Amino acid sequence: MTEKVHTMHEPADESVDSAARSTGGVAAPANKLIFSVNDLSVDYGAFTAVRDVTLGIYANDITAFIGPSGCGKSTVLRCFNRMNDTIKSAKVHGSILYHDIDLYGPTISATQVRRHIGMVFQKPNPFPKSIYDNVAYGPRLAGLKNKSELDELVETSLRGAALWDEVKDRLKSSALGLSGGQQQRLCIGRALAVKPDVILMDEPCSALDPIATARIEDLMQEIKQQYTIIIVTHNMQQAARVSDRTAFFTTEVNSESDRRTGVLVEYGRTDSIFSQPVDDRTEQYVTGRFG
Amino acid sequence: MALALDDLKSKNQTADRAFRGATLAGGATIVIILGLIAWTIADKSRLAFKTEGLSFFTEPRWAPAANVYGALSFIYGTAVTATIAVLLAVPVSLGIALFTTQVAPSWLKRPIVAMTDLVAVVPSVVFGLWGIIFLAPKLTPVFKRVSGWFHGVPVLGRIFGPASSGRTFMTAGLILAIMITPIIASISREVMETCPLTDRDGALALGATRWEMIKGAVLTHSAGGIVGSVMLGLGRAMGETIAAALVIGSSAAITANVFSPGDSLPSVIAFEWGEATSDVKRSALIAMGLTLFVMTLIVNFVATAVVNRSMKRMRGES
Ligand SMILES: Nc1ncnc2c1ncn2[C@@H]1O[C@H](COP(=O)(O)OP(=O)(O)O)[C@@H](O)[C@H]1O
Ligand SMILES: [Mg+2]
Repeated sequence: MTEKVHTMHEPADESVDSAARSTGGVAAPANKLIFSVNDLSVDYGAFTAVRDVTLGIYANDITAFIGPSGCGKSTVLRCFNRMNDTIKSAKVHGSILYHDIDLYGPTISATQVRRHIGMVFQKPNPFPKSIYDNVAYGPRLAGLKNKSELDELVETSLRGAALWDEVKDRLKSSALGLSGGQQQRLCIGRALAVKPDVILMDEPCSALDPIATARIEDLMQEIKQQYTIIIVTHNMQQAARVSDRTAFFTTEVNSESDRRTGVLVEYGRTDSIFSQPVDDRTEQYVTGRFG
Repeated sequence: MALALDDLKSKNQTADRAFRGATLAGGATIVIILGLIAWTIADKSRLAFKTEGLSFFTEPRWAPAANVYGALSFIYGTAVTATIAVLLAVPVSLGIALFTTQVAPSWLKRPIVAMTDLVAVVPSVVFGLWGIIFLAPKLTPVFKRVSGWFHGVPVLGRIFGPASSGRTFMTAGLILAIMITPIIASISREVMETCPLTDRDGALALGATRWEMIKGAVLTHSAGGIVGSVMLGLGRAMGETIAAALVIGSSAAITANVFSPGDSLPSVIAFEWGEATSDVKRSALIAMGLTLFVMTLIVNFVATAVVNRSMKRMRGES
């Protein structure tokens, strides 16, 4: 995929209503649009997990995806770095433009996409290698061999993940000896080392205690200057605390089968989603009155 | 209150006790049998060690008529055939394991797994017979051609030396390789299958291609188990009697040439036991059994140590 960044323009010809949704309902967007998702649907085999998602993601924002379990938050998130390609039954329809480049275009390599768009998973998943080798893994894949450059990159990445001071004396020991919160910060550092533009986080704190969670949330605030973050969270307080924009998903009864398909209900600035939601379902969910 | 405290006592411990007794008895039986085997064999080997001394291990000649009992050629033959077997079996087995776990669509996976498992149930004497009547004659011209290619080449020219027969170290190694492939393939497959999806996703999300993911996540995760499976295969190849005995050529030889006939510990024991009339010869054969036993024990100990160490490393305890 090319490095070239095209000029941005808002998604054209949309009705006022859907334009308001897809741009997050902001009159004068402060940040540039980095992704525009158009009519995205994902099937697992014959089952449509989520359909017709249209929204725009802004650079240097933290965008939160919230909604009840099974509404397709992870599924949508995994479209942004083409992780769904690894699931045989998954089929993605619609498009995701990244700086105007269709991520699912025929000439686009999923491997290259993932170097621009990193991911942190629900369960901390450091490799059973040393702390150093975990961080150096991505850069080495990209061909970086020079020892001193690697050393430097490992240090800056671990500093970026607010982990350096805790591990600088034991870079050679196994990453699996770290605590859960440290492991998750290591995974963030490991993602930073690839120098992505975007970091996707799928419930990154759900396996962590409140203190470790707070550290990750602080970290997100620090790194958002340089990165665009999309975070899936089941924790509404977390979405309210950390994010600039929030997308609320829910499930709707499917006409073809008895399984429920996820839909995007409402997308906008986090404060307005939480204080003045437009849709009843959003209001019920954010006020905790959800079925 | 006595009544309430009575409740705390467990009521029926008989079943529990019986179970514990049964497992204990089972475990003890195994230890006793193993001890008995070790003791009998060691005891019956004494005569050979007394008459031959250390030269039992260093003497290449096996000449019962001249009262010379050296095991070195057979130890060498065992080591060479087992090494050939492992060298041939490992790439094939890992290929099968990787293909079934990482590449093959699920409809293809089952038949491949079933077929490799089927190879494991073929009795070893059948492999041996197939080796004599089919493989050995077919291999003779192949060996000749290969040794022609390497003629005059340093080192390789000696390893792939002149060939005259189809019953050679190489033939035995090949048969053993076929026999241990299912062991290595199925254990490797099982450990590869336990590679967590999260490890694989982690590698892919950092921009790894499929092969890089396999190398970085699957093989790293499975390294200990793979080493263990290879060691198990090695132990099996060293101890395998009849298949190797039928195709190795049964002539004591220490030579770098893998296309030369040789002999191995289990094969000599099997073939010569019936005609072992003198006490010393019997004892020498038993001592060879002991040697083989110790060799496989060492392989197993090393395997266990390697596997444990890598497990520990993975859990982050070192
Ligand atoms: N690999 C998969 N294969 C089949 N169905 C899946 C798979 N992953 C998720 N699903 C289904 O897709 C729907 C959405 O799942 P997911 O995106 O994980 O939801 P969320 O993250 O919002 O909880 C669920 O009904 C789930 O069962
Ligand atoms: Mg999820």
